Amino acid sequence: MDILKKVPVREQDAKVRAKNFEEVCLGYNLEEAMEEAKRCLNCKNAKCIKGCPVSIDIPAFIQEVAAGNIEEAAKIIAESSCLPAVCGRVCPQESQCEGVCIRGIKGEPVSIGKLERFVADWSREHNIVPEKPEKTNGIKVAVIGSGPSGLACAGDLAKKGYEVTIFEALHEAGGVLVYGIPEFRLPKETVVKTEIDNVIKLGVKIETNVIIGKSITIDELFEEGFKAVFIGSGAGLPKFMGIPGENANGVFSANEYLTRNNLMKAFETDSDTPIYRGKKVAVVGGGNVAMDAARTALRLGAEVHIVYRRSQDELPARVEEVHHAIQEGVIFDLLTNPVEILVSEDGWVKGMKCVKMGLGEPDASGRRRPMEIPGSEFEMELDAVIMSLGTSPNPLISSTTEGLEVNKWKCIVADEEFGKTSKEGVFAGGDAVTGAATVILAMGAGRAGAKGIDEYLSKK
Amino acid sequence: MYKITKAEMLADKIFLMDVEAPRVAKNCEPGQFIIVKAGEKGERIPLTICDYDREAGTITIVFQTVGASTEKMASLKAGDYFDDFVGPLGLPSEFIHEDIEELKKKKILFVAGGVGTAPVYPQVKWMHEHGIDVDVIVGAKTKDMLILEEEMKAVAGNLYVTTDDGSYARKGMVTEVIKDLVNNQGKTYDVCVAIGPLIMMKFVALLTKELNIPTVVSLNPIMVDGTGMCGACRVTVGSEVKFACVDGPEFDGHLVNFDEAMKRQQTYKTAEGRAMLKAVEGDTHHGGCGNCGGDE
Ligand SMILES: Cc1cc2nc3c(=O)[nH]c(=O)nc-3n(C[C@H](O)[C@H](O)[C@H](O)COP(=O)(O)OP(=O)(O)OC[C@H]3O[C@@H](n4cnc5c(N)ncnc54)[C@H](O)[C@@H]3O)c2cc1C
Ligand SMILES: Cc1cc2nc3c(=O)[nH]c(=O)nc-3n(C[C@H](O)[C@H](O)[C@H](O)COP(=O)(O)OP(=O)(O)OC[C@H]3O[C@@H](n4cnc5c(N)ncnc54)[C@H](O)[C@@H]3O)c2cc1C
Ligand code: SF4
Ligand code: SF4
Ligand code: FES
Ligand SMILES: [Mg+2]
Repeated sequence: MDILKKVPVREQDAKVRAKNFEEVCLGYNLEEAMEEAKRCLNCKNAKCIKGCPVSIDIPAFIQEVAAGNIEEAAKIIAESSCLPAVCGRVCPQESQCEGVCIRGIKGEPVSIGKLERFVADWSREHNIVPEKPEKTNGIKVAVIGSGPSGLACAGDLAKKGYEVTIFEALHEAGGVLVYGIPEFRLPKETVVKTEIDNVIKLGVKIETNVIIGKSITIDELFEEGFKAVFIGSGAGLPKFMGIPGENANGVFSANEYLTRNNLMKAFETDSDTPIYRGKKVAVVGGGNVAMDAARTALRLGAEVHIVYRRSQDELPARVEEVHHAIQEGVIFDLLTNPVEILVSEDGWVKGMKCVKMGLGEPDASGRRRPMEIPGSEFEMELDAVIMSLGTSPNPLISSTTEGLEVNKWKCIVADEEFGKTSKEGVFAGGDAVTGAATVILAMGAGRAGAKGIDEYLSKK
Repeated sequence: MYKITKAEMLADKIFLMDVEAPRVAKNCEPGQFIIVKAGEKGERIPLTICDYDREAGTITIVFQTVGASTEKMASLKAGDYFDDFVGPLGLPSEFIHEDIEELKKKKILFVAGGVGTAPVYPQVKWMHEHGIDVDVIVGAKTKDMLILEEEMKAVAGNLYVTTDDGSYARKGMVTEVIKDLVNNQGKTYDVCVAIGPLIMMKFVALLTKELNIPTVVSLNPIMVDGTGMCGACRVTVGSEVKFACVDGPEFDGHLVNFDEAMKRQQTYKTAEGRAMLKAVEGDTHHGGCGNCGGDE
């Protein structure tokens, strides 16, 4: 074995998986995990911990894995994270924990994410469940949203003895983990549901079908006896380009397309919810969401083009996802920008007019600015377009809560350390505060909020 | 789970249900809607709130069976449960924010088409409860498709019923009644609220524009979440793109791009499904909920 390289992880063959919704990555078995764990140098001043937004004691859990003590490893991870099976799968490890791993200087970093995932999966398979706190302190706290930030906040507060109720607008808990990220990256029944159940086992109640700001307002929550509120409502409002033809039939936001497929299970034949299975589909955008939409459309039988205005180096999506998408047959039309959706007489998409782009000087983000190449217009023939241009926080809560400060992007203003907002007793974190970010950052913000709420309520 | 406390058939293919949903009942207002889901693999179906009982904690819905999901809902009985029931969604009708005295001075016309009578009812009832008499036109394809006539009579100032085939009351489309009231009976209106199939709302809006009557319509595009998350419900109003679930469902009828809305409603209808629906819907077409997109 080459100590400079990660123990390879088994994956479903690209040709096979391009036609199903089962998980792409099969994960390590015990033997492989132990072998990979032995690559960790157990560094004294472990850089990897600083690379992890929730500071998991990475060397400690990996040493337990190396010794075959998986239950111990699970306990160490649980001190910092309530969603290890999720994060082990979807964290952008290359830019976080693994990005700073010492092993990575002269070879490949330790496969921290895959090890974390292994520990979490093993715990699930061996029915290791978190212990419920002995008694509650009777203080009620409301958490809005059941995405990673809300779950993390609720879990931490429950462990401290609070009586926590999560209010979720949709009919199922999980936030983006259930409606956005597809089954083939993050299995819902086994992985997501189990981790949510673990939060419930801590004593957290989840009330679905409640939209804060509509079914009940934050002020009314206080009237119902909640002493503090955490807002983890995410950034779910999709953006469109504002180009002609965008309201044609067959133009979807990635959110709509993914929600139909993931939350509503439209890919299964017994689902009542329809989805449009295009023949030739363009996905506009280059982030994780675009990759997910593209790979979903591919699995539903389409020829899929990612249309992105910069080059491959600037793709904001995770390297692994881009790599998987290419393997599966997604076509990348880079340095290409749509200017108009072409619409047939009956109102359906028939194509897209695009221009070619060149890269100029770096802009404020440090990335080279894309510029239209004059006269480079061309048309693509298509029957569906999926817009994946990012999302922003939904103003539903901020517009119905007096005294809650938001910035010009409608993000809720909250401090990083404790999630404190401008309104007394109200804390916030995750995408609702930062704009669309990552699962682990949202989880970290949820934990910060729990800390803030605990401090606030202990002083009262 | 949300218990169905009452389920009855109002007319062929049109059903009324009372559903226990205390949180919705507590905060809802006229003009808003709910989303209901039957069964684990069910579709999320948006329906206008037709009535509410804050004390009993129940919401009344009225729906027409037009496809698989509404058929499935129709098979449920009192005592059965919906898996999910969420709301109130959308913005309340604008008039509830208006000064009552100002409102009392206005002459208001409500125009309901088919199952659209259901969403018009709570608005007229609200007016009645606030001491405001309004004129109401209810149109149905045929006598058997007419719903909520007695209920409406109890709360409307003047009620004008019309059937397309003349099998009951007046004969002709709702637009004929508007013309008659304004042109022959000397009526004037400051505002018109029209709810029904898109095609009906389109023609009412065209007429009221001519007659210079500001008009509010309630749109029913395809929806998924109903919270502003998916954009499936986008509609063009004036020069702006709006999400009907959070910015509406009520909009200025003179600004709505109805032709686009009608096309968008067809998104999930295959040619085959369309043909089938036409056959199945037959004469219930005009009495529709607005989803058929009208005559093509
Ligand atoms: C398709 C897709 C792929 C992604 N891939 C990755 C990835 O690979 N790795 C990664 O780290 N991150 C990824 N992300 C980003 C990541 O999922 C988010 O940053 C993260 O989920 C944010 O968590 P959150 O708790 O702040 O909000 P969310 O997960 O958005 O959860 C918010 C919840 O609040 C609910 N809610 C909203 N408003 C209300 C209200 N008024 N009342 C009640 N409930 C409400 C929503 O329904 C939702 O369930 C991806 C995102 C998407 C969309
Ligand atoms: C805000 C709003 C209020 C509504 N109020 C009522 C009401 O009070 N009574 C009533 O009978 N109907 C109402 N509708 C329409 C009702 O939601 C549709 O009839 C129902 O979704 C059709 O579902 P189906 O599976 O039975 O039929 P399908 O065969 O799936 O669809 C039949 C037709 O309805 C359209 N449609 C499908 N899914 C949706 C959806 N999720 N949202 C909107 N249209 C859809 C289809 O494009 C098609 O034209 C309302 C719709 C909206 C958006
Ligand atoms: S939670 Fe994410 S960043 Fe932290 S160790 Fe796990 S994979 Fe790395
Ligand atoms: S930096 Fe890498 S090698 Fe060092 S402790 Fe962390 S995972 Fe192990
Ligand atoms: S229904 Fe999804 S945004 Fe309106
Ligand atoms: Mg349907």
